[in-house]
Amino acid sequence: MTDEAMGHDSDHYVLHVNGDEREVVDSWLGESLLDVLRDRLGLLGAKGACEQGECGSCSVMVDEILVCSCLVMAASAVGQAIVTIEGIAAPGSPSDVQAAFVDAGAVQCGFCTPGLIMATHDLLERVPAPTETQIREELAGNVCRCTGYGRIIDAVQQVAVSRRGGVS
Amino acid sequence: MTVVEQVTTPTESGRPGTIGTSPVRPDGIAKVQGSFEFSSDLSADGCLWGATLRSPHPYARIVSIDVSAAWKIDGVETVITAADVPGSINYGLIAHDQPVFASEFVRYVGEPVAAVAGDHPETCRRALEAIVVSYEVLEPLLDPERAIDGSHAAIHPDGNLIRHQRIVCGDTSIVGDVVVEGTYEIGMQDQAFLGLEAALAVPDPGGKGVELHVATQWLHEDRAQIAACLDLPVESVRLVLGGVGGAFGAREDISLQVHTCLLALRLGRPVRIAYSRAESFLGHVHRHPATIWMRHHATADGEIVKIESRMVFDGGAYASTSSAVLINAVTHTQGPYRCANAVVDGYAVRTNHLPCGAMRGFGVVQACFAHESQMDKLASACGLDPVAIRLRNAMRTGDALITGQLVLNVAPVERCILDTAAIPLPDTPIGGLPMADGAVDVMRLPGGAGRTADRGDIVRGVGWGVAIKNLMYSEGFDDYSTARCRLADGVVTLKFATSEVGQGFVTIAPQIARTILGVDDVRLDRIDTQVGSAGSTSASRQTWMSGGAVDAACRTVRERFFEHIARAHDLDPLRLAVDGTDVVDTVSGWRITVAEASAGIVIDETVEYRHPATEDLDENGQGNCHTAFAFVAHRAVVDVDPELGLVKVVQIATAQDVGRALNPLSVLGQIEGGIAQGLGLAVMEEIIQIDGVIRNGNFTDYLLPTFLDMPDVVATLIEEPDPHAPLGAKGVGEPPCISSTPAVVAAIRDALRQVDGIGKPLDRIPVRPSDICL
Repeated sequence: MTDEAMGHDSDHYVLHVNGDEREVVDSWLGESLLDVLRDRLGLLGAKGACEQGECGSCSVMVDEILVCSCLVMAASAVGQAIVTIEGIAAPGSPSDVQAAFVDAGAVQCGFCTPGLIMATHDLLERVPAPTETQIREELAGNVCRCTGYGRIIDAVQQVAVSRRGGVS
Repeated sequence: MTVVEQVTTPTESGRPGTIGTSPVRPDGIAKVQGSFEFSSDLSADGCLWGATLRSPHPYARIVSIDVSAAWKIDGVETVITAADVPGSINYGLIAHDQPVFASEFVRYVGEPVAAVAGDHPETCRRALEAIVVSYEVLEPLLDPERAIDGSHAAIHPDGNLIRHQRIVCGDTSIVGDVVVEGTYEIGMQDQAFLGLEAALAVPDPGGKGVELHVATQWLHEDRAQIAACLDLPVESVRLVLGGVGGAFGAREDISLQVHTCLLALRLGRPVRIAYSRAESFLGHVHRHPATIWMRHHATADGEIVKIESRMVFDGGAYASTSSAVLINAVTHTQGPYRCANAVVDGYAVRTNHLPCGAMRGFGVVQACFAHESQMDKLASACGLDPVAIRLRNAMRTGDALITGQLVLNVAPVERCILDTAAIPLPDTPIGGLPMADGAVDVMRLPGGAGRTADRGDIVRGVGWGVAIKNLMYSEGFDDYSTARCRLADGVVTLKFATSEVGQGFVTIAPQIARTILGVDDVRLDRIDTQVGSAGSTSASRQTWMSGGAVDAACRTVRERFFEHIARAHDLDPLRLAVDGTDVVDTVSGWRITVAEASAGIVIDETVEYRHPATEDLDENGQGNCHTAFAFVAHRAVVDVDPELGLVKVVQIATAQDVGRALNPLSVLGQIEGGIAQGLGLAVMEEIIQIDGVIRNGNFTDYLLPTFLDMPDVVATLIEEPDPHAPLGAKGVGEPPCISSTPAVVAAIRDALRQVDGIGKPLDRIPVRPSDICL
């Protein structure tokens, strides 16, 4: 597809990120959404760890679909609603998922954490009462090297229970 | 759902945030919000990108390097090679044998040859492509045995043998009633931290110094090596800890530190380098692959009388910490079992494979896979079960190692085994509980989403692993840590150079200060080289060493604080104590809040903590070479599809000797995380090199345990405070990944034995599907 057919110049387009219109200038079409978010828009919350969609550290939402931003060309996300970790909760006010991760000991080095927070929000939106197997399956695209996952599962279960008013 | 059983948690006080409680991480909120600054997030005004050209050959002579075409690319600011290194061309943690850039020979695929700086990573990539290096390809040394027997010419001026260490102990002629032996192979494991290598170097005006922000395990050691290569005084090189995305040993050696500084100093501009995952696999040291032969002699009723072993560790092209890894391996030959007689020969050798060095477990992982496999063979030969053979030989406090060193620490090996055995086996059937509609939950079967395993074919096995692990540095190393404590107006500020790599020292350091000084408000200064060395965040040593330093600094401040209060209120300072957030006269009951008593004063103390000195081993491997020891037991339950070679680990039970859990939630995090890495080595993780070329240096082909691979972990913390530890607490980071590996493999062997009454040896890790089903 040509640049013209995509409706924008190769070096200038607008992305909708966390509710704002963000101009991207001097970009080339091959740049990944991850690189544009981090290096051009200064949104450093999404992390690059494998650059091939295996680890989930770069997870963001694009039109309510959880994606690895390292696998999405930024220019292909024009006109779509992008939500990053910076936009998942009001500044200074952690979401219930974020708070539970801290409280449950689900954070060690923290490099996988923004991606896992995004994936957990996505999971609990779609499956409010996941079984442990569902949690494991749904989050299996997010690799954590520090925790062995036990405390993360605990955090996810705590949020699920709390959102149901404490009913297990 | 994971269950945690805690055996008595002794606490100095139940006050939130003190020792024995589990306050949240101070960096936790920033990390969940994505605002925590990792080293790869750092930048500076006018910052350029750097990149590294690497060797495509395992062994070759460099005929020429032509960088002229790279200079002509628009946006390239500089190109450097070995000729541009002003100081020492070599660096290294123990021996300085590894060049900053190769100049005469390249000795492994991935060895740095040149570096460039430019305005964009893509500019740098093109510049690297434009550099023309002419190589004369040489026959690589890939078989470690050829490094030992001398049949391959030296590939390095220091020779092909990095270290040979022999241990001879007791009566070597004794022969047991029962003799079992085996040869075990351990594959090369990658630390695979998620936060890739990254650094930002900011040169001082005039180029007489540099500030480097880097994710590392040991700021001061990096600084010493960098300064030598830059030919600068150490005080002109200032290091600041960049946010560390995991380490596990891979950040103990220099990777991009010198390159980044060289580029920045050359240009007088800030430069950052950030590795890709593929480059990371080449850019840091790995866990040593090893071949270990072991022969155990025992009495007919299973008491070990002699162990013989020969160990060969492939160190790859440069020495790194190979000599220390080897010493850990040979001195842990016996495992956590009594043994009076032994002959061990260990070799760490140089090859043209990727360099190997530190990874969590540090030599003991390899030895443990061998000795635990042997213990199961011995049990079988003596007609005992795996628990009985281990209990019969379990080490106790006061027992002598084969090095002659006495184990003076708390050594609850028997309790580790018994408490692990007391954890209930999983009550879920093979394949887990049926789903709501009664169907089999295929995600719980071996192979998971592949859905190829038939539940009727699957066999469940149980296996054991028990380990001893040394803590801190060994062999006479001057091992210390430094901490500064400042008390002013009811607020404590701590300063240390202890690398926070995710393990949680930033959580427990304030816990210690709150406990010792009775304050709630503890602040942490920046982690950098503006205070004395803390040593490395490795060897399970920071809770003991830097915890000991913070404890000592806080106690020194407290002593001066008590003297101040005593003077002001005409009291005897020796009668004062901290009680909660008050200082109390223990005789009269008079009390004052710490906040009130510290108003308007500043007490500032810096203290170095050292552990008792250790010794070198002599030529027979005798000597008090280690500082302290910790113990752990693991029991694994696995479901195996013997026809397809698929494994699902169902449960790992563990009881770990932790001394004292300063932060029980953090301890659990270390246990679960370490077990995940142990499971990875057992059945998934291996760097494959063919003809010296890495074939799976990416996360698609190098398999890491995911949520679906990890089983339930059921952990018991054994808290018997160690009188030798400053806080009674032992390091807890390494033991979980040591004996979890042989436990998983033993469980697979147990399952396969049930199939045909014979089973499979499974004497190499990771166990591959073909090892099970063919």
